[in-house]
Amino acid sequence: MATRVTRREFIREGVAAFTLSFAAPAFLVDIARAQGARSRNLVVIYLAGGNDALSTLVPYTDPFYYSRRPGIAVPAAQVLQIGTDASGKALGLHPRLTGLQAIFNQGNLAIIQRAGYLNSSRSHFHGTDIWGTANPNDSGGPGWLGRYLDTLPSPIDPLAGWNTSGATYRALTGNKLSLPSITDPRNYSFASPNSGADAIDERNSAVRLASMAGSERPNLAFVNATATAAFATLDRVGSVVGYQPTVTYPNNGFAQALRTVAGSIVGGIGTRVYWVQTGGFDTHSGQGNAGGGDYADLMTTVGDSLLAFYSDLRNQGLLDSTLMIGFSEFGRRISENGSQGTDHGAGGLMMAIGGPVRGGIYGTAADLNPRPDNSTLENAGGDVTYETDFRSIYATVLDGWVGADSTVILGGNFRTNAPAFI
Amino acid sequence: MQSGNPLLDHLFRRAGFGASAADLQAVAGLSYSAAVDYFVDFEKQPDDVDSKIGLAEYVAVTSRGQFSPSTNIEDARQRWLFRMVHSKRPLQEKMALFWHNHFGVAYSKVAGTVGAVLGTKMIANKSGDTPGPQGHYELLRQMGLSRFRDLLIAVAEDPAMLWFLDGRTNTSTRPQENFGREVMELFTWGLGHYVEADVYAAARVFTGWNLRSVPGANKQEAEAYQEFVYRSAAHDTTAKTFTFPINGGSNTIPARSAAGGIQDGFDLLLSLANHPETARRLAGKLWNFFVSELDAADPAFIEGVTDVYVSSGTDMRAVLRYILNSRWFTDPGNFNARYSWPVEYVVRTIKEMGWNGFSVDSARVPLTNMGQTLFEPPTVAGWQLGRAWFGTGQMLARMNFAAMLASNQRFNLARSFSPAERGQPDDVLDGMLKRMTPAPFASNETTELLGYLAAGGPWTGSDTQISVKAPGLAHLIAGSGEYQFV
Repeated sequence: MATRVTRREFIREGVAAFTLSFAAPAFLVDIARAQGARSRNLVVIYLAGGNDALSTLVPYTDPFYYSRRPGIAVPAAQVLQIGTDASGKALGLHPRLTGLQAIFNQGNLAIIQRAGYLNSSRSHFHGTDIWGTANPNDSGGPGWLGRYLDTLPSPIDPLAGWNTSGATYRALTGNKLSLPSITDPRNYSFASPNSGADAIDERNSAVRLASMAGSERPNLAFVNATATAAFATLDRVGSVVGYQPTVTYPNNGFAQALRTVAGSIVGGIGTRVYWVQTGGFDTHSGQGNAGGGDYADLMTTVGDSLLAFYSDLRNQGLLDSTLMIGFSEFGRRISENGSQGTDHGAGGLMMAIGGPVRGGIYGTAADLNPRPDNSTLENAGGDVTYETDFRSIYATVLDGWVGADSTVILGGNFRTNAPAFI
Repeated sequence: MQSGNPLLDHLFRRAGFGASAADLQAVAGLSYSAAVDYFVDFEKQPDDVDSKIGLAEYVAVTSRGQFSPSTNIEDARQRWLFRMVHSKRPLQEKMALFWHNHFGVAYSKVAGTVGAVLGTKMIANKSGDTPGPQGHYELLRQMGLSRFRDLLIAVAEDPAMLWFLDGRTNTSTRPQENFGREVMELFTWGLGHYVEADVYAAARVFTGWNLRSVPGANKQEAEAYQEFVYRSAAHDTTAKTFTFPINGGSNTIPARSAAGGIQDGFDLLLSLANHPETARRLAGKLWNFFVSELDAADPAFIEGVTDVYVSSGTDMRAVLRYILNSRWFTDPGNFNARYSWPVEYVVRTIKEMGWNGFSVDSARVPLTNMGQTLFEPPTVAGWQLGRAWFGTGQMLARMNFAAMLASNQRFNLARSFSPAERGQPDDVLDGMLKRMTPAPFASNETTELLGYLAAGGPWTGSDTQISVKAPGLAHLIAGSGEYQFV
């Protein structure tokens, strides 16, 4: 197959090197288009560390919210009011979430309260694997997004998914394909120590070498498949580098990753599933309240970055083809600890943003009164009990957005009682 | 470089970071078990590697102002890379890396609160360099082959850990679970051996384990430090009951006076460290690190390590000597059976391609692009290992680091090829495979490498030709799948 070779010189450590960028084989690009390049995009947003849902969506009329969180509760006067939930309980967004409030007011933000599962794990790592596999009983296998991508017609475009973080999460691993991890498209190049014809000879040898290990050496073949996927995606990823957004994105890693995703969506490079994350949510200490502290900074990052991404897509007419789903591995303890923070809890919240979303507050808030007969709490009144099985949200996304069969991918029917958020 | 003995090469890749000519000279003539002793009894070799920093003949560092690895985190990273390249005690650095992944303390969280200078000191202060206790990494290096129970207690009292897992804010009125949870889930026996109530009890055990600030004598930031202190007034003196035995006896740590309450923490740490389930979990991690990531751990290995661990009183030196001499470690089927970590890849590439005129500072950004920034594990569980290292972007970062290094070493490499090594393309390939130690290439791959050498014109072996083809070939090998394994 023919490859187009272009060259771009750069200087690194005082040594000239050449970046060889070459187009993916034509058949892969065709596949990407055939698989619905720009039709529907899914952007999964992970708030890493266990987001304190009660600080994101504040139950500001619940007296136990204030009595159990004397140092970190958001004052009622400062929450961004967005109405009441189905039980009539008034709720408000953290004051730094002006960005999310704007999206909510446009009817494109759904907040699903008390999302989780029975016997919620309080471990970051076990919990993240459970959310990743959608299987609380066996969280050791491939993840739900990887299993979805595995169902695409073969051969699967290696850029069908794009993980903008440097880490690999279980959600993203499939049997056939793991989402490529591309943190910064500017570094996504192939350099040779030489230049000119020898660099091309060397690159051609590298491409052939990466194609040689057979199934008799599966681990070597895995590494080589990664190299081959990298070679096949250089041009498309490189095309995102020059993206000119319609808004200014905040200068933080989360926003910059979203900016890259926007560039990819606008460029129509064929990616269907994106993974974007932002960390720091393990707020055991120094969480602060409305006025400042770690959590306020997290909310600024989340709200402002998502609003920039949302606005950029809306300006380019791509909002209706984009669905964002946000989650975290657990909610946090209701009562604050001695460090102006919160320890690991249970039920959390999920978010959905985008053109197809039916905005609103879904589910009912917990009653934070730790009386023994309070069925909305668990762990001796310490933690919020889940109400909506997170797998029903996944099922809605799979069935209703990406056009897959959720019962196959999730290994069961979780459509029952799913909130109708799209 | 190759020693000519595949088992010795394997030992250097796993217990060290590959072998330079000087490394091979140090073990020349030793039997295999004597070579293992050379690695394990590393105190018999001098720890003089820091004194070589900045000297010719060693890999360079790049400092902005005075090189200050105890107070500047970028310099601390360079120092550790330098040590991995040149230390005469490779297993000491390797175990420090293993424990760094095990205890998962990240500089950014510590420095985010205490600032860059004190944060670096907590991570990397070399004892005596500046006032205050040695840094977290120094502790891991000094105690890497000590008794695990001693290491665990030292880590629990380590200022960096007390910041990182918020232990300093754990008080009797409001217990704080972060350390109490991770010490069971990650540092010792793992999920499945305790319940949530044990986490809450563990948090109470460590109430009062705190830090004391010592201001700088001359108001200089580098003079200030924090040190461990037990604050008896903040300790929960009531009894704590667990679902497992404490010190082999009852499940309860008794109520104690505030003054004597620090013993609670020792009791719990010792109970966890001494437990065979902790041995089994460590054995599983050691299997993956030293023996194989491709095959599940042999139960006989797990039990063998557990026996040594328990009978030796949790002595990691005894454990490592057992592992490195074991039939599992020495089985040729387990050579190249682990995915290399980015720092292993970088250090081995430097050791095998050459370093004169190269600065380890040039490896810092590429390492981040490969997914491993020293002193920044992504979570307290460390890095995700194995296949997780190999996203497309990370693979390109490996290849591009090798391109940069090969270009940098172009003339050193070319000069090192003797006339006999330049005769024909297969002589050049043979010569390169004496310098670099990938897993064996299949014959079609060897043909491809020779094809590259022959491409572009007839082979002459001239200086001009070798100065192009040697770095090109080195890059191809370092970028091959075979070279990503150790």
